[in-house]
Amino acid sequence: MSPYLAGVGIGMVLLAAFVIMGRGLGASGAFSSAVAAGVSTVAPERARTLEPYAAYMGDERRGPLVDWLVLEILGVTIGGALSALFAGRLRRGIERGPRTTPRARLAYAFGGGTIMGFGAKLARGCTSGQALTGGALLSVGSWIFIVAAFAAGYAFSPLFRRQWT
Amino acid sequence: MNAPLYEVGAFGDTASLGFALVLGIAFGWFLERGGMGNANKLAGQFYLTDLAVFKVMFSAIVTTLLGVFWLSELGWLDLPLVFVPPTFAIPQLLGGVVFGLGFVMGGLCPGTSCVSASTGKTDGLMVMAGMLFGVFAFNEMFPLVERIYRSTPMGSITLPELLDIPFGVAVFVVVAVALAGFRAAEWFEARA
Repeated sequence: MSPYLAGVGIGMVLLAAFVIMGRGLGASGAFSSAVAAGVSTVAPERARTLEPYAAYMGDERRGPLVDWLVLEILGVTIGGALSALFAGRLRRGIERGPRTTPRARLAYAFGGGTIMGFGAKLARGCTSGQALTGGALLSVGSWIFIVAAFAAGYAFSPLFRRQWT
Repeated sequence: MNAPLYEVGAFGDTASLGFALVLGIAFGWFLERGGMGNANKLAGQFYLTDLAVFKVMFSAIVTTLLGVFWLSELGWLDLPLVFVPPTFAIPQLLGGVVFGLGFVMGGLCPGTSCVSASTGKTDGLMVMAGMLFGVFAFNEMFPLVERIYRSTPMGSITLPELLDIPFGVAVFVVVAVALAGFRAAEWFEARA
């Protein structure tokens, strides 16, 4: 599918979220809920008292995982898998640059994910909750995030050129 | 029509979780169709060889923006009831820089890592694992970063409010910039 058409599709989904729910899409929030769920089983007192956990503890009876963004991200994994299945793209593998070993790629992936997780918490959202959702509502902070994230991506790209090209 | 439907009490919390699942499935479907589950494709954005990330993201933003504008003009969507992420200028600037570094290193963003993982890619799964660890690290360090995190609060403020221009003018400018960006993206790809 043309990337423009896929973008229009995502835009319609986001618009539907605004019309149905009055809120947009997200991703990093679901990771916050998962971490809160994990910490609350090991250290329930800490999860109740330290704010970034407590904010994602959800309903006391239903727990942190019965949450709008957790269900939405569960949907994303299902929708992505269905799309790949129907297109014949559902197969195991490791996406990497031509000169990168699978081991190195997985290490970079974990490192990049860790840094992104930290950055998304500091920015109160990621490419979904800030760039897409906040961007489409013209939120000032979301546009600061978009410009900063892309500028940093280009600024740091020479460091990872060997990994990708 | 009176929308947002949830905000005006058209249905309850349990139904809202059902909508979350359905909207997520559609979101994941279009991400995968746009090639957004592929780390090589996403990384191409930063080496100007494949600008699909920009094309997908900005055609989505423009679509939603035009939809929001017209539904609100027609009186079908009560825009003040839609949640606008609040602005915290400095942490969003710094968080964006950190995020951009992680993005070009990992080749996937949080949402697309879920698509990558669920379509069978181990690197997507590792980005997801890293995300969990990064969120955990931030939370554990929270007392150290709390001052920065809470600094420069500006509330839910939009660009047209900040610049004191009409909403419609801001929409027009964003659409015009996006269209110019699409032309530039095609030019870069033809050159690559």
